[in-house]
Amino acid sequence: MELQGLSAPPMANGEVVFDAPWQSRVFGMARALCEQGMFTWDEFREQLILQIETCGNDSDYQYFSHFFDALTILLEKKQLFSKAELMVLSDQFAARPHGHDHSH
Amino acid sequence: MADESPQEIRAEALESILIEKGLLTAEAVDDVITRYSEQVGPMNGARLVARAWVDPQFKKQLLTDATSVVKSFGFEGGQVEKLVVVENTNKVHNAVVCTLCSCYPWAVLGLPPKWYKDPAYRSRIVMEPRQLLSEMGVRLGHHVDIQVWDSSAEIRYMVLPMRPSGTQHLKEEQLAELVTRDSMIGVEVLPGKPS
Repeated sequence: MELQGLSAPPMANGEVVFDAPWQSRVFGMARALCEQGMFTWDEFREQLILQIETCGNDSDYQYFSHFFDALTILLEKKQLFSKAELMVLSDQFAARPHGHDHSH
Repeated sequence: MADESPQEIRAEALESILIEKGLLTAEAVDDVITRYSEQVGPMNGARLVARAWVDPQFKKQLLTDATSVVKSFGFEGGQVEKLVVVENTNKVHNAVVCTLCSCYPWAVLGLPPKWYKDPAYRSRIVMEPRQLLSEMGVRLGHHVDIQVWDSSAEIRYMVLPMRPSGTQHLKEEQLAELVTRDSMIGVEVLPGKPS
């Protein structure tokens, strides 16, 4: 098991919380949906634990990937969205030419 | 512009869909990110620690019922259902973990650091705390007991670190600036000031 970041200097208090902007967006989406009453934070947390447990503590552990999956699964359970929509739009976005006007 | 990762694209697509459906606005997402990264942060916890260092009565309250103390401070942010503050002394060093997932006292410490969610931290702080803490720069004498607190959805823990030596002359606000997030998780001992 890799000791990622653990042996880093202990005074590194300013360690980044998010590795990439998309992670902060996904976090923001989950909290905002929760604050708007789409689900409770406990519901989300249970789904997240389930994702983490299912994937196990392997070296591919990617907290925010689990976080993302937990969010989409919960939204689908609540019938607020479907993964099929997500796949379609993701494919469209992936096919965009380079240098498109990127929103964030 | 570099190629976007599939994960990045999927996150962007999800946000577009949710906005399109009227479930979210981009502003609401921005607002959460700003709130958690700036307003809700380790500074809230640091204020509690500094006050406890200078005010014995407050310290007593904090150690007996941190939940009410935090409520009275009116910190913004979720996830402090019940907060327990544990005190470091010459004899006991406390450290906090969530072995199940990543429960964390957000209202007082802000967003958890990345390593807090790492399986290596979550298991090693329980299995071999002395060794792990030493690797993270906390070298404890063998006379110091280590107590590890496992957070849950119901109870969150925060460490009250020891006041560094050479800080007798400092005011509460100045003391608060010395308190780091890591010291309140229990993976750092605040260095003394030359007196």
